[in-house]
Amino acid sequence: MIQHVENPVLEIHDLTVTYNKKPVLWGIDLTLPAGSLVGIIGPNGAGKSTLIKSVMGLVPSGSGYVRVFDKTLDESRGRISYVPQRESVDWDFPASALDIVLMGRYGKLGLFKRPRKADYEVAEDCLRKVGMEGFKNRQISQLSGGQQQRVFLARALAQEADLYFMDEPFAGVDASTEKAIIQLLREMTQKGKTVIVVHHDLQSATKYFNWIILLNMRLVASGPVETAFTEALLQETYGGKLTLLSDVSDLVQKNQFPSREK
Amino acid sequence: MESFIEFFSFTNPNVRYVTLGCILLSVSSAVVGSFTFLKKRALVGDAVAHSVLPGVCLAFILSGTKNPVYLIIGAFITAWISLLFIDLVTKRSKIKEDTAISITLSVFFGLGIMLLTMIQHSGNASQSGLDSFLFGKAAALIGTDLYVFGGVAFILLFVVGLFFKEFTLIAFDTHFAQVIGLPVKRIEFVLTTLTVLAVVVGIQAVGVVLMAAMLITPPAAARFWTDSLRKMLVIAACLGAFAGLSGAYISYIAPSMPTGPWIVMVISFIAVLSFLLAPQKGILFKWLKQRKIRQTILEENILKAFFLLGEREKNFYQTLGIERILEKRHFPLGALKKTLPILRFQGYLKKVGNEWQLTQAGFHKGQRVVKLHRLWELYLTEYLHIAPDHVHDDAETIEHIISPEIEKQLEKKLNYPTLDPHQSEIPYR
Repeated sequence: MIQHVENPVLEIHDLTVTYNKKPVLWGIDLTLPAGSLVGIIGPNGAGKSTLIKSVMGLVPSGSGYVRVFDKTLDESRGRISYVPQRESVDWDFPASALDIVLMGRYGKLGLFKRPRKADYEVAEDCLRKVGMEGFKNRQISQLSGGQQQRVFLARALAQEADLYFMDEPFAGVDASTEKAIIQLLREMTQKGKTVIVVHHDLQSATKYFNWIILLNMRLVASGPVETAFTEALLQETYGGKLTLLSDVSDLVQKNQFPSREK
Repeated sequence: MESFIEFFSFTNPNVRYVTLGCILLSVSSAVVGSFTFLKKRALVGDAVAHSVLPGVCLAFILSGTKNPVYLIIGAFITAWISLLFIDLVTKRSKIKEDTAISITLSVFFGLGIMLLTMIQHSGNASQSGLDSFLFGKAAALIGTDLYVFGGVAFILLFVVGLFFKEFTLIAFDTHFAQVIGLPVKRIEFVLTTLTVLAVVVGIQAVGVVLMAAMLITPPAAARFWTDSLRKMLVIAACLGAFAGLSGAYISYIAPSMPTGPWIVMVISFIAVLSFLLAPQKGILFKWLKQRKIRQTILEENILKAFFLLGEREKNFYQTLGIERILEKRHFPLGALKKTLPILRFQGYLKKVGNEWQLTQAGFHKGQRVVKLHRLWELYLTEYLHIAPDHVHDDAETIEHIISPEIEKQLEKKLNYPTLDPHQSEIPYR
């Protein structure tokens, strides 16, 4: 069940990703409509994070291409934002919450330019949107997990992008933060922004998203939540791990095979 | 004292040169090293420092002079090769980064020592002094050398200022920098180049072996004193400057003392002091805080004992001797004897003859502790479903930490209860 759309925000064409020579994603082919709130869902090790990292060019792809707003990735950098997993950085870094949010402005500022007054105002406004205005001068290690996640979100907001990638933004956050974040994401998509979220929890998936991508090393489904989030497809994603596929992956890695004949 | 004035009047041009050189080198390596430190690349800094030695020797063999410009170029080339080598080994083999770093460090350093020995036995008259690259020789920082190294130090500080925003972002979150379109590879190239340059000029003062200390120790010490990156850079630079000045001064008053190792000793001593004394993060601060907490707990427990005894005898303002207090609850005798006068000084107790009596303030304080104890016990049984005979020990600690705000929440949540799980009355003020 893979539904394609006209004028996609994001087009992934036949994307294959290898990790240490081991194929982790096979031939992903999908398109996403503007203004959707997309959930990428699949079991552990399905390659959910790898998919978005590869789309953003953080992980090299073996084959295929990605087009964002019908342009190449590098032409669209200014319109893309990223919320990495919270554990991916060292929170003991000497910086305040406001310092981190200001980093969201760096792409717009360009090299060598210092943040201007307007950038500070945008950053503070973004902190307010995530309910963290009272913590702007707090050292980031003294924030709770949920607060740190909010700071990351504020940093992405400060970028004023059109396409957002978020890697497990609900992992390890308190219930009120989760509620605040999803509320914010909905408002963003209502304004025509597209948000793609790597998500772990099946329970909340139908409530949160209007577009679902089911992933388990290969693309199982991509479409509106009503058509893509069905029991049969979930069964295929979670129950039916293709043993043969992972065996071949292991074999490719063991023999150091190239992922494509050149 | 005389030598102190002589040194700090800087009338001797040699003193002026050496001191200025030491300060410049220490400051620039501290500032550049701050980013190495934040990126957790301290070991790489050490490997780079050792890898400049073969470059310096090769440059000397090829050019036949000790012209610092040639030496810098040579050092620069081998330092870069070592970095590429580390990268290559980590990427292309199963060898992990730490192993790759130590292999690279020893291979390049061994090569350097080999070349150095060859030069020393070649009979080349102008080679004398080249071995000072091993442990540094700040006293040789005079004349044109100083201008070259001083110039490089200024360039380093200038470029760090220019790239401050980019270096910070990359040190904190490389992936994010990449996604928003920063040329991460090129900026990292600039940062690594700065590190190599800092090492090349720094080894003039302290030598390759001790260079890592110049890069890493000042920021590590500075980190204890602040949570702001800007302040950390300034503090690291000041600490580096102080160490450079001290090293120059010590070797001035005691000419047999080497400057470089003394700079490293001073900065290391400052780092140890920071570790011990810094507010919030220092060991001493933590120890004092623990001691204060223990004292608070002891004081509150004594007042609680007075209150509980008063509750039993229905007379809160009876006078009590030390034996009676100890009957109610065991306190270490020495601590009790020391704390009772403290409580009198604070206005919670009165002394009547040889015995002690609660003041009104003391009564309220003891009452509050007992109230919190019983409220917490009730909270544990009602909300966490812990058995009533298991809640006492937990409440013994929590009663001392509950803030007035949480106290209000607790009362409200439990709806102002009158009895605790053991049917003791909860005393309200």
